[in-house]
Amino acid sequence: MTAQLAPVVASAEVAPDPAPRSPVRRARRSRGSAGRILVYAILLVTLVGTLIPFVWMFLGSVKTEQELRQRPPTWWPQTFTWDNFAAWFGRLDIGTFFVNSIVVAVFTVLGTLLFCSMVGYALAKLEFPGKRLLFGLVLVTLMVPGVVTFVPLFVVVSRLGLVSTYVALILPFLVGPLGVFLMRQFIGEIPDSLIEAARIDGASEIRIFLRIVLPLCGPALATLAILTFLSSWNNFLWPLVVAQSEDMYTLPVALSLYSVGQNATNYGVLLAGSVLVITPVLLLFLALQKYFIRGITTTGIK
Amino acid sequence: MTTAAPVAAPPAPRRGSPAGRSQRRRTALVAYLFALPFVASFAVFMAFPLISSLAMSFTDFRSTDIPSPFSVNVVGFDQFAALFADEQFRRSMLNTAYFVLVGIPLTMIVALALAVALNNGITRFRTAFRVGFYTPVVTSIVAVAVVWRFLLQPDGLINTVLGSVGITGPDWLGDPAWSMPSMIMLAVWRNTGTLMVIFLAGLQGVSAEVLEAAEVDGAGAWRRFLHVTLPMLRPTLLLGAILLSVGFLQFFEEPFVMTKGGPLDSTLSISYFTFNQFGFGNYGTASAASYVLFVAIALLSMFQFRVLRSKD
Repeated sequence: MTAQLAPVVASAEVAPDPAPRSPVRRARRSRGSAGRILVYAILLVTLVGTLIPFVWMFLGSVKTEQELRQRPPTWWPQTFTWDNFAAWFGRLDIGTFFVNSIVVAVFTVLGTLLFCSMVGYALAKLEFPGKRLLFGLVLVTLMVPGVVTFVPLFVVVSRLGLVSTYVALILPFLVGPLGVFLMRQFIGEIPDSLIEAARIDGASEIRIFLRIVLPLCGPALATLAILTFLSSWNNFLWPLVVAQSEDMYTLPVALSLYSVGQNATNYGVLLAGSVLVITPVLLLFLALQKYFIRGITTTGIK
Repeated sequence: MTTAAPVAAPPAPRRGSPAGRSQRRRTALVAYLFALPFVASFAVFMAFPLISSLAMSFTDFRSTDIPSPFSVNVVGFDQFAALFADEQFRRSMLNTAYFVLVGIPLTMIVALALAVALNNGITRFRTAFRVGFYTPVVTSIVAVAVVWRFLLQPDGLINTVLGSVGITGPDWLGDPAWSMPSMIMLAVWRNTGTLMVIFLAGLQGVSAEVLEAAEVDGAGAWRRFLHVTLPMLRPTLLLGAILLSVGFLQFFEEPFVMTKGGPLDSTLSISYFTFNQFGFGNYGTASAASYVLFVAIALLSMFQFRVLRSKD
């Protein structure tokens, strides 16, 4: 699988503009301008279709409940209101959910960065018995769905008295297989001669890892940090199972339980909740989009 | 932490020499140290739950058994027999298959069309389009499912748009025949960006020389796509299929937020069935159902690995 991934990565590093202009290409370009306009038109319509749910969500979150029930639906808010957001900041205690989501995401990211680069370094640059087995375990982990492990994990967590704690929310996600893949791949591209030279100079492996390998991993660590933050922020099944008291809900859990409960038809509040869950990652994505796209072409996973 | 002490490595440790051997042993020790967090995490959060889940699936473990897990009764394969006889579980398997078999090809076709259009069809605004199509991927499924629930109301935005061109839209989430297509629509919308980016990377690897040679030989755009681009894209397409299938087989958030598995269990997935059994306290049944899903995912992944590897 990694052998398969390697060419994808290599080619992804090429600038987004593809092949160099050849005479044939130039001829084709001047010829098909009508076709090109059509392609632009189709892409544009698809793009609008893709983004409309977001536009509608943002506009809807500042409409009144009455206007949201109006038929046919309105586009631009007739009466602008912050009431829907006020509900989240008032009785729904979004501050707690937000802090929970942030705490869980930050610790998950920190652990992932450290532990995944450690095992990635071992897999990429160190020779030791059992290396293939270790890599096999990483592959297995990739295939096991969370839905298979959550029942026994919950039994363990509840016997340890850890239900509704940060420990239970964070610990299972500290060393993800995708992070291991990404770091192994990236560290593998660091020239052996660099590491060999440090060894000859008498540096210990831990020193080499901390002083030479990690500093060179900057871009990979940035990508991994962003992808991990995203998956932690959006993670749902395990937090839903293990966060059983309201003060430990993460944002998606709080939103989902609110949306399926007796408030299922409280449209404005639900849309405002969606805005509050989506906006942080949306801003993060728009600011750092090249890292996202690099990450996805490297690991193939969102 | 003896390894942390700076050691004066011999200038050229030869294989077999005592110095070389101790150097290698030290390296192995460091490697194990570095692998320890992963191995510990694997043991606690992966191996142990996998084994105990399998064990639980042969027992009548209930939530009330948590204080004394070893006092449960072994029911053996009766559990699985009962599971496969359960109308609702059979329905959930069919629903999951429906979602996977329709959703994956649809996502792949849309993503490939977008990738090809972005790669060959246009020269400007590439990044803007790419970012736009990718945006749904980064959003929480729970949050977008809430939004889509409103868009899909009988008199919601989608049906209003359809109505303006003379089409009477169905009751998307309320009609058992349309609820699953609605889930698939949301899944295609949310996952296309992932595959589009992967396909774009793959398209960069399609040799421009071969394409031009085909063009010189008089092959039209469609034939070039069919006979040059698609075959060269094979490994990328398979990679995309694997990635999607593991995710699609586990689908849960969409029905949880949008339909609660209804109407008439028409959107109840295997994951959702498992979650419900867990909620009822039937941990044994939940484990058995989740193992059925696990085996399906493992078989599918292995099959796809094999196909991928044979093409190396």
